[in-house]
Amino acid sequence: MRQDHIISAKHLSREDIEAVLDRASDIAADPSAYSDRHAGALLGLLFFEPSTRTKMSFTAAIKRLGGDIVDMGPVEYSSVKKGESLADTVRVVEGYADALVLRHPSEGSAKMAGEFVDVPLINAGDGAGQHPTQTLLDLYTIRENAGLDDLTIGIMGDLKYGRTVHSLAYALTNFDTRQHFISPESLQLPRNVRYDLHETGSSIKEHTELSDILPSLDVLYVTRIQQERFPDENEYREVAGEYQIDAATLEAASDDLTVMHPLPRVDEIAHDVDETDHAEYFQQAHNAVPVRMALLDLVLGGDQ
Amino acid sequence: MTDKEALRVSKIENGTVIDHISAGQALNVLAILGIDGFGEDVVSIGMNVPSDRLGRKDVVKVEGRELSQSELDVLSLIAPAATINIIRDFDVVDKHRVERPESVTGVLRCPNHNCITTEAEPVDSEFDVVSDGVRCEYCGTIIREDIAAHILV
Ligand SMILES: [Zn+2]
Repeated sequence: MRQDHIISAKHLSREDIEAVLDRASDIAADPSAYSDRHAGALLGLLFFEPSTRTKMSFTAAIKRLGGDIVDMGPVEYSSVKKGESLADTVRVVEGYADALVLRHPSEGSAKMAGEFVDVPLINAGDGAGQHPTQTLLDLYTIRENAGLDDLTIGIMGDLKYGRTVHSLAYALTNFDTRQHFISPESLQLPRNVRYDLHETGSSIKEHTELSDILPSLDVLYVTRIQQERFPDENEYREVAGEYQIDAATLEAASDDLTVMHPLPRVDEIAHDVDETDHAEYFQQAHNAVPVRMALLDLVLGGDQ
Repeated sequence: MTDKEALRVSKIENGTVIDHISAGQALNVLAILGIDGFGEDVVSIGMNVPSDRLGRKDVVKVEGRELSQSELDVLSLIAPAATINIIRDFDVVDKHRVERPESVTGVLRCPNHNCITTEAEPVDSEFDVVSDGVRCEYCGTIIREDIAAHILV
């Protein structure tokens, strides 16, 4: 995968995914072995919209590999403000760095930007489109806790607008998984995503209630239902309330159930779940660093 | 074409006859060809003409003009049964059906306003032709109905 752009989890094969996760496991086991692996390497950060944690974790990842960042900074101070196209911006900035990380509000922006540069470009979120490094860290967390084969996973919450969910669902079709999607009817998977998932021939089921399938799950991945998806606040409260979990909800689950969430959460996972053995979401967030280190190591030529 | 049909739409000397267009699509075919009545093109249109194959069909004749591949590609999406007759000196010198392309580049506008191809970037729109429509290569949006409404002009 050396020198390749990382645009979409959809385009990652099982082999690509396993290469990243295996490397991440190695790094997590012995981070000091990697601490000057990419001494002198520069990672260009182009964040056209703020995403503090994604930016912090990429910064931590390249620094823990011995490299450093060059940061475009906020859009307000850059040439973009003067009307420069994204295609021009990336062609200039690729000369400053060994790899680029792009966060941009428009769907397809990372794919387009990748067509204009020769250094590896990593998509750190393109609008409502893809966010493949989030997917990789989710897969890593699932593999560490439950394994990726013979997995039964429930994905719950806003399945219509949640790009994290779509990207994860596609990636999971590379493995032997049974996927259950739990959401209110108004927030079910969009048609094009459902179409693609069925095309892969993998096991996909949709539900409106968690209780139907909770006992069978190895992993429950919870996402936030946002108030702006509903016409009025009462309807939001009523619907969102049905998709909140607490420690009592999880009594019906297997003892080995792993609960994940991309964070930040609001109230979809009650704080009493934090104290249970099911809670894995903070570790999931921490996994961002070894997984992004692994990805950077591979795109920067870690096998040399 | 029977004599009766021929009376409806006169013969042309040089140009293209697009026959077997799905009934109701003739005006969209003109849109694909960029014909809005303000140019020089001499055009005849038959709408809802009885047809053995389609029941009813539309026919468009454009004088002095042959179609480009990208025009044919988009045409195939809205009129999959269309036949293209190239006319020279009142004779049909070539006749073929349109073929569904694998993708169309630079001819449709992505309906997703948040798609990078709709912004001021040096990139052409690109759509894969899938079983039930066309799909933006950049953002994944699928256009199923009324593809003609998304033609770039
Ligand atoms: Zn698009």
